[in-house]
Amino acid sequence: MSTVRVLVGTRKGAFILTSDGMRKNWQVSGPLFTGWEIYHLKGSPADPNRLYASQSSGWFGQQIQRSEDGGANWTPVGNKFAYEGVPGTHQWYDGTPHPWEFKRVWHLEPSLADPDLVYAGVEDAALFKSSDGGATWSELAGLRGHDSGPHWQPGAGGMCLHTIILDPGNAERMYIAISAAGAFRTDDGGKSWKAINKGLVSNFIPNSTAEVGHCVHHVAMHRERPGVLFMQKHWDVMRSDDAGESWREVSGNLPTDFGFVIDVHAHEPETLYVVPIKSDSEHFPPEGKLRVYRSRTGGNEWEALTKGLPQKDCYVNVLRDAMAVDSLDTCGVYFGTTGGQVYASANAGDNWTPIVRDLPAVLSVEVQTLP
Amino acid sequence: MSCAIRRVRVILPYHLRTLAQVGAEVELEVGEPVTVRRVLDSLEGRYPMLRGTIRDHATQERRPFLRFFACEQDLSHDPPDAPLPDALAAGKEPLLIIGAIAGG
Repeated sequence: MSTVRVLVGTRKGAFILTSDGMRKNWQVSGPLFTGWEIYHLKGSPADPNRLYASQSSGWFGQQIQRSEDGGANWTPVGNKFAYEGVPGTHQWYDGTPHPWEFKRVWHLEPSLADPDLVYAGVEDAALFKSSDGGATWSELAGLRGHDSGPHWQPGAGGMCLHTIILDPGNAERMYIAISAAGAFRTDDGGKSWKAINKGLVSNFIPNSTAEVGHCVHHVAMHRERPGVLFMQKHWDVMRSDDAGESWREVSGNLPTDFGFVIDVHAHEPETLYVVPIKSDSEHFPPEGKLRVYRSRTGGNEWEALTKGLPQKDCYVNVLRDAMAVDSLDTCGVYFGTTGGQVYASANAGDNWTPIVRDLPAVLSVEVQTLP
Repeated sequence: MSCAIRRVRVILPYHLRTLAQVGAEVELEVGEPVTVRRVLDSLEGRYPMLRGTIRDHATQERRPFLRFFACEQDLSHDPPDAPLPDALAAGKEPLLIIGAIAGG
């Protein structure tokens, strides 16, 4: 029977949750890297026992950890993230130029084919690549060298590159997203990049339809339809059917279209999940009810999924990298909260159960489906 | 010409002990004159995973939330090439690397 391994990054360490394919009985291991912020862990699709973790601390900086055995043992690898050349400046909160300064790794994206190849999205926003299993890192500087780079500016959470999506059908194509610059695409393996934000409307910037400046919170793609993208923006849930060339809003009947996470069902490319959050001023679920919303129509028409989720007095948040799906026949959906719960649904969202309730605030959730 | 080697004691903060998988105190061989830079060079040479955790990779400047204490003195703002106290160089007193207190 298949096994499911859920990789959870929290404010105070990492946890690994495992179950068989029934997804009823879970084993919790951890905390790993106790006391450190674990922004993200992810396994290699080419070698599921090869895991990478981003470990950071305001005191001691950045570490990258690597495991060869599914998380039982870890080794610190390279932690030197040096911007290429003279870093230059981006815009600071007050509009003045501010030098690019490395702060932390938000997201690690292992290659679909090579366990030693892994990408890192960092704050201040840049994309790095390692071809030796994380031992050394080099910047794909074409992104930060985009004409708009000097005009990017941080959101409240920092200027982070938080989303990296690899096109399974085209090794040269990759999507990334930055708060608060927007989404970008490369078609040449990262040498050059195109801003893909046409159709986004953001009322918090002077020109609401500008080429860059949009606070994209997360982007998701179904692996069988790599040209179709779904985005949870600061406000608005968006969809693109042309690899990001244009976007249209699909928020439809959501109670609020603010939120952080968005994901796609493993087997149904038109089935989406979001967790609406009340507003940018109030980062908790509307009415104190934690509800996942599912659309089976690629957006616009949404249904609330509530069974097993708290429907009163719930004031947690669900952060941008804290939702994932497994690829079992009945797709499992998982998300973690800032209250330390990790919820799982073994039936595509119809029913939910907490796997754990009292972890530190959850920063990220990834799932591996193992044979 | 070879310079004399001293055995210097260093006390690490908890999170760096766990990262380097060492106890509270490590003993290092450091060439004279014993300075913060030479102590950290020796420390990072023996425990490469500590590179970047105490001082910045590129600038080699002390990370802002760390302090260097020894012999009841705060040496954090001294030049990295300044000789450290004799008692530290003689191994009688350790160099303490301290993480700033924070929390709530």
